[in-house]
Amino acid sequence: MSTTPQGPFGARLERSSILELASRNRRLDGRGLTDYREIKIETGVVEKASGSAQVTLGKTKILAGIKLEAGTPFPDTPNEGVLTVNAELTPLAYPTFELGPPGENAIELARIVDRNLRESKAIDTAKLCIEPGKQVFVAFVDIDVLDHDGNLIDASTYAALSALMTSKMQNYKVKDGKIVYQEGFQRLPLNNYPVPVTFAKIGKTLMVDPCLAEEDAMSTRLTVGIEKDDAICAMQKGGMGELDSNEVKAAVDLAINKSRIIRTLIMETAK
Amino acid sequence: MYVEKGQVVTPGELLAQGDYYPDLNTFRNGELVYSTMMGIFDFRGNRLSVVPLKHCYIPFVGDLVIGKIVDIGMSGWTVDINSPYPALLPATETASRERGPRRESQRLFAIGDLVKAKVLAFDRTRDPLLTLRDRGLGKVTQGRMIRISPSKIPRLIGKEGSMINMLKKETACSIAVGHNGIVLISCESQQSEEVAFKVIRKIGREAHTHGLTDRVFEIIKKELKGEKVVKREDT
Amino acid sequence: MKKLSKEKIPERLIDDNGIRLDGRRPEELRPTKLQVGILENADGSAYIEQGKNKIMVGVYGPREIHPKHMVLADRAAIRCRYRMAPFSTEERKNPAPSRREIEISKVIRESLEPSVMSEYYPRTVIDVFIEALQCDGGTRCAGIVAASLALADAGISMKELVSACSAGKVDGQIVLDLFDLEDKYGQADLPVAMMPNLNAVTLIQMDGNLSRQEFEKALEMAMEGCRQIRNLQAEALKKRYQTRLEVEKPEGVSEGAK
Repeated sequence: MSTTPQGPFGARLERSSILELASRNRRLDGRGLTDYREIKIETGVVEKASGSAQVTLGKTKILAGIKLEAGTPFPDTPNEGVLTVNAELTPLAYPTFELGPPGENAIELARIVDRNLRESKAIDTAKLCIEPGKQVFVAFVDIDVLDHDGNLIDASTYAALSALMTSKMQNYKVKDGKIVYQEGFQRLPLNNYPVPVTFAKIGKTLMVDPCLAEEDAMSTRLTVGIEKDDAICAMQKGGMGELDSNEVKAAVDLAINKSRIIRTLIMETAK
Repeated sequence: MYVEKGQVVTPGELLAQGDYYPDLNTFRNGELVYSTMMGIFDFRGNRLSVVPLKHCYIPFVGDLVIGKIVDIGMSGWTVDINSPYPALLPATETASRERGPRRESQRLFAIGDLVKAKVLAFDRTRDPLLTLRDRGLGKVTQGRMIRISPSKIPRLIGKEGSMINMLKKETACSIAVGHNGIVLISCESQQSEEVAFKVIRKIGREAHTHGLTDRVFEIIKKELKGEKVVKREDT
Repeated sequence: MKKLSKEKIPERLIDDNGIRLDGRRPEELRPTKLQVGILENADGSAYIEQGKNKIMVGVYGPREIHPKHMVLADRAAIRCRYRMAPFSTEERKNPAPSRREIEISKVIRESLEPSVMSEYYPRTVIDVFIEALQCDGGTRCAGIVAASLALADAGISMKELVSACSAGKVDGQIVLDLFDLEDKYGQADLPVAMMPNLNAVTLIQMDGNLSRQEFEKALEMAMEGCRQIRNLQAEALKKRYQTRLEVEKPEGVSEGAK
C-alpha cells in the first residue's frame, strides 16, 4: 500500500525562491539547467567485496558493494547467472530516514537501478554460469545511501555500475560438482554501461541532477536510462506532478547527450 | 589549571584541580573539573567554562527565534524552531484579533510558513511557548534563510551588536538573527544578498577565531566596492 | 546458497618470533584512522578505519522523539542501531537485522549511555546509527570509538569520551585488538569499552576460555589499548576543530559573479 507522503520539508520561503529562480531558468547554486554537480567516483573501497564504489554527487554520498556468490539459477533461465539489487536508505543519511525494512522509496530506488542494469544487459549473465541448470553466480548489488543531497537514483546507479566494472571473480574450476578456487582473478564480464539521467520539473522548467532543496520544490521527477548505443533502456516518472510529451522527448534528447559525458567519466575511473 | 584560555578541549578533558567552580559545560568529580563539550576553554577568576563549537538550540525565555509552521491545531500552531523541542504558538499569542474557531486561525498561517517569534515560556516539563506580540514579529514574507549553529549566534551579533550592526550597515540588508541558529536576510540587490549570505556562512565557520570582524569588513568592502548596486529584477 | 569459503583455517596464529598473521606484535593495535564530521545531514558523524574495519557513524539529536510512548520525562532516550552492510563481510550478509546485530546494538548503547549527560535533554531522543562498511573483527569496539566521536561532534554534553578495544587469547598468548581470523580461530575474545579519564568500564563481554591470571592480563591490556585510542580520538576531534578555525584564503572571484 502506498500513501501520499507528508508535504515537502522545506520552508515555503526556500521553495518559493527556487520556483522563482526556475522561472528565470536559474538555480540556487548557480548551476545551469543542464549542469551536473561534481561527480566523484572512488572504486575498490571495500576490499572484502568483489567490487565496490563510492560516489559523491554534490553532498550525496553513496556506497555500492558487489558480492558474487554461488547459487541456483531461476528455473526459466537455467544457464544464466542472477542479478539482484538491494538499496538501503540508511538513517545516517537524512533525519527522516527511519529504521526498519526498506520502504517504498528504497525499493523503488533499487528497482530503478536494477532496471537500468538488467534491461541494458550490462552483465553478461551467460558468463556467470558454473554448471548449467545447477549452479550459477549470483551478483548481489547492495547500495548504501550514506548522505542525502538529492538525486539518489543517478548516484546509486553510477556507484553500482562502477562497482560492477571493477569487480573481480576469483578463478575457479568445477570438480565433482564442487567449486574449487584457483589462483588469480578475472574481471566481471560486462556488455553494456547504462547511465541514467534524472530531471526535476520545477514550475515549468526541467533541470538535471536536482539537489535536495530542488527535490523538495519539484513537482515531478523523470529518470531516463541510456545504454551505450544511445538507446533508452529504462525510464521512471516520480512525484505527484505531470509531464507533457514534448517535455519527455526533450528530456530523452538531453539524457542521450549527458549520458555520454558521464559514461566517459565512469569508464575513466574504472580503469 | 591544566589548560590555557582559548585552548580547544574535548569532552572528558581534565581542566583543573582544586578550588575551582565548574561553570558552563564543565563538571566536577571530587577535586577535578572536566569539560563536557567540544569547545574553547575560558575562565573568569575561578569560574571555568567551555564555549561549545556546536550545540543544539535549547530555548530560553525572551529569545528571538525564526521558526517554521509544521502543524495547525485547535488552539494554535506547532512551530519547528530548530530545537529538540517543538514549539507551540497559541492563537491567543498572535497580534491578530482573530480568536475564532480553527477554520479562521488556519488562514493566518499555512504549513511551511516562516515566522519571527519570541519565546514566551519554557521549562523542562513542557514544550516552549511562543508569542508574536511584539514589535517586528509575525509571518516572514521575503528573504533568504541561512542556518548556522546556535552556538555561533552570539558571535554573529557581536559585543553589543557590533558585528551584526556592521553587517547591516555595510551590506544595506535587513538581517534578522534568530537565537535558534536561523538567520534571515533581505536585500535590495541580489549581489548584496550573495555577499551577506557568504559572510554569515563564514562567521558560522570561523566564529572562534580572532580578528573576524575586521576580516569580514574587508570582504564586504572588497565585494561591494565600486560595483554598481543592481536592483533586484522585477519578476 | 552455497557457502563459498575461500578461507583456509590457519595452522598458527602467532609464529615463533611472536609475530601475528597480520604482522603485529601481541601488544600492538591495528593501524587506526579517525575522521570527524564527514556527513552533511547528520548532527554529528565520524568514520573509523582500523585494520580492515571501516565503519561510519551518524548521530542525530537530541531531537523530538517518535513514537511518543518512548519518551522519558527526565532525560534523553538513546537509540542505537548497529548494522553491517551486506557487502561488508566475506560472505554476503542478508540486509535484514540479525540477532547478533540486535545484541550488539544493545551493548553499544549501554556502553555509551554512562557517558552522555542525558539529564540535560529531557523528553528527547539521541539516535546513534552505526554502519559497518567492511568488517574484520572487533567491529563493536571500533563502532563505539567512532560513535563517541560522533556524539562529541554533535555537541552533546558528555562526561567523557568512550573508548573501546578488545584483547584475547590466541595460540596461548594474550594479544591486543583481535582481527577476524584471530577472533574466529583464537581461544578467547574480550571486548572492553571504558571512559578512560574516569577509569570506568562501560562494556565488557567475554567468550572463550581464560584463567584468572590470563583474564587479568587481558583486561589490563584492553584497558591500556582503550587509553591509547582515547588519545587518537582527542586528536581527531581537535584536528576537526582546527580545520574549522583555519582562516580561509581570500577568494579571488566573488561567488556572486557567475
